[in-house]
Amino acid sequence: MQDALFYTFAFLTLMFGFLVIANPFSRNPVTSAMFLVLTIISLAGLFVLLHAFFLAAVQVLVYAGAVMVLFLFVIMLLDLKAEERRKIKTLGVVGGLISTGAILAIFLSSLLKAPLGATQSPVVEGGTVALAKLLFTQYLLPFEIVSLLLLVAIVGVVLLSKKDLK
Amino acid sequence: MTVGLEHYLVVSALLFCLGLLGVIVRRNLLVIYMSLELMLNAANLALVAFSRFTNNLDGQVFVFFTITVAAAEVSVGLALIVALYRKRQTAHVEDLTTLKL
Repeated sequence: MQDALFYTFAFLTLMFGFLVIANPFSRNPVTSAMFLVLTIISLAGLFVLLHAFFLAAVQVLVYAGAVMVLFLFVIMLLDLKAEERRKIKTLGVVGGLISTGAILAIFLSSLLKAPLGATQSPVVEGGTVALAKLLFTQYLLPFEIVSLLLLVAIVGVVLLSKKDLK
Repeated sequence: MTVGLEHYLVVSALLFCLGLLGVIVRRNLLVIYMSLELMLNAANLALVAFSRFTNNLDGQVFVFFTITVAAAEVSVGLALIVALYRKRQTAHVEDLTTLKL
């Protein structure tokens, strides 16, 4: 059952991910954004299979909820009609395929060589309680620094989106 | 054969490569940005898989921080794209050739 679910979600993730970057029917950024939402939701399914329940919820809430709404908002704000008619250069496609294939080959060969070793019984559960305990004890300082980072990001965005940018 | 760590790592590697391909091939700034998000998510998947199969929650905490930083990064980056669009009326990387000799 778990295996079938894994293969389903993995296939869905990769298929939607492919449709984000190369949709044969439409070059519109809005369709890309929609398929990115679907990719993220199927990734959340994989997280659930890995017993990372809190992260699955955060993935759906933050990514599919907040980040993608921001993306769609900006896409609608910029009127990108002319972009759809642009040609994709064959040289770029060939170069991209070659370099991506090279990196994939490196990944897979190192994966084959890696001494992964069968872990017998994964028992760790990424529930809210377990993660919060870790977050508020051992990782308290990074947690506070991240809040500062968010503040800096807010100030930066407000400054950047002023009308007369100097 | 039961699903193990390597299965998740292969999915993560493939997803990362899809994102990289998108960054290289696509010329629209917004789609490039979405491909970057794909690559970040692939890294997240690898971290969560490692965390699960080594019985250690640190990886999941790291993914939590990654998601937060990615949200901040997206907001700043999109603000930059909007500012760029106001100035140049384009979101296409081939039109941005000011630095070209």
